[in-house]
Amino acid sequence: MKLFTANFLACAVKSCRTSPASFPLHFRDAELEQQELDFQPDFIRNILPRLDWDALQVIANELGFPKLPENKPADDSLGDEGLLRDIHKLLLETQVIEGKLVCGNCGHEYMIKEGIPNFLLPSHLV
Amino acid sequence: MLPTPDTAHVSFDTVYEPSEDSYLFLDTLSSPSESSWLSHRFSPSTSTSSPLIVEVGTGSGVVLGFVAANSQQIFGRRDILALGTDVNRNACAATQETAQRAIRDRQCTTDNDNDNDTSTTSTFLSPIMADLGTPLRQGTVDVLLFNPPYVPTEELPQIPSATTDQAMEGMSRSEKFDHESYLLSLTYAGGKDGMETTDRLLDAIPGLLHPGRGVAYVLLCRQNRPDEVRDRIAAWGDGWKAESVGSSGKQAGWEKLIILRIWRELP
Repeated sequence: MKLFTANFLACAVKSCRTSPASFPLHFRDAELEQQELDFQPDFIRNILPRLDWDALQVIANELGFPKLPENKPADDSLGDEGLLRDIHKLLLETQVIEGKLVCGNCGHEYMIKEGIPNFLLPSHLV
Repeated sequence: MLPTPDTAHVSFDTVYEPSEDSYLFLDTLSSPSESSWLSHRFSPSTSTSSPLIVEVGTGSGVVLGFVAANSQQIFGRRDILALGTDVNRNACAATQETAQRAIRDRQCTTDNDNDNDTSTTSTFLSPIMADLGTPLRQGTVDVLLFNPPYVPTEELPQIPSATTDQAMEGMSRSEKFDHESYLLSLTYAGGKDGMETTDRLLDAIPGLLHPGRGVAYVLLCRQNRPDEVRDRIAAWGDGWKAESVGSSGKQAGWEKLIILRIWRELP
């Protein structure tokens, strides 16, 4: 899974849906792989509106990536190619191969195996 | 006609093999009327924000791969994000391969009839093992695709849970056969009226779709009573609409399969 995927995932447990702590999910024991891809600056500009910047800062920090700017790039900083490259590297080139995603509300752990996160719940939570 | 993604790498022991319903999806979404509707709705002049396309129950990934690879023709833009869920790990792995290959074949070669924009390509984010759209953040999905298990059956197979993801190594031959049969039954068995799984997905649509531009496409067969489904969605109020935008297999004047477009028309 590309790291960007985490921007669209929250805890699958129904009772967590209304809890702000169910997003973002927190990576644990993550094994990462970098996959080189063509840098597409326009694409990065178009995905920026989709990003929850606060969540991305949390995730980047947990995975040990360099600190991102406090605020989401806008206006002038959209021309900052270095910054767009950092985002490209983080969101699109970074793959999570193994590890867990943990809900900040209920503590449920979702396993990631061979790059595929498993959000099927144990029967008592379905 | 746009090319169908290659699924030669997929083993169909537990994964649904592309069939008439899958192809109806491809034909409907790439039809001139539907592509033009989608291109208008997702026009970059309205919003530059990249659309998120999600298919639940991807199987081989033929539909999601097709949509991602032909994003220019279907959405009028290439900067789309694709995400797929399936309860079966094999289907998840197959989808990733199908989608990535299809995007590469259509958008990363110079000798296609595509277009002049080679600087941007669609991005397949990840396959996710999940029951329908349960782990997706509310309000984030722009286009939701669902080719459901729609065949009426006496019983609905058990809703998949974490134990569904069993390693088949170590199973006896009959256990393995039972497990494979179970996974396959999930691809077609729809329970009462063939609607039990589709009903769960329909209930989740207003929460999952982007409040402004979200749209869902859901396939139904005649036994699912599509007219009733359409009326039910209209009764959600709030501008929700449903319309049949594709069909195949006429039988005695009745369409065998239809695709329903579900969306909100804001005032």
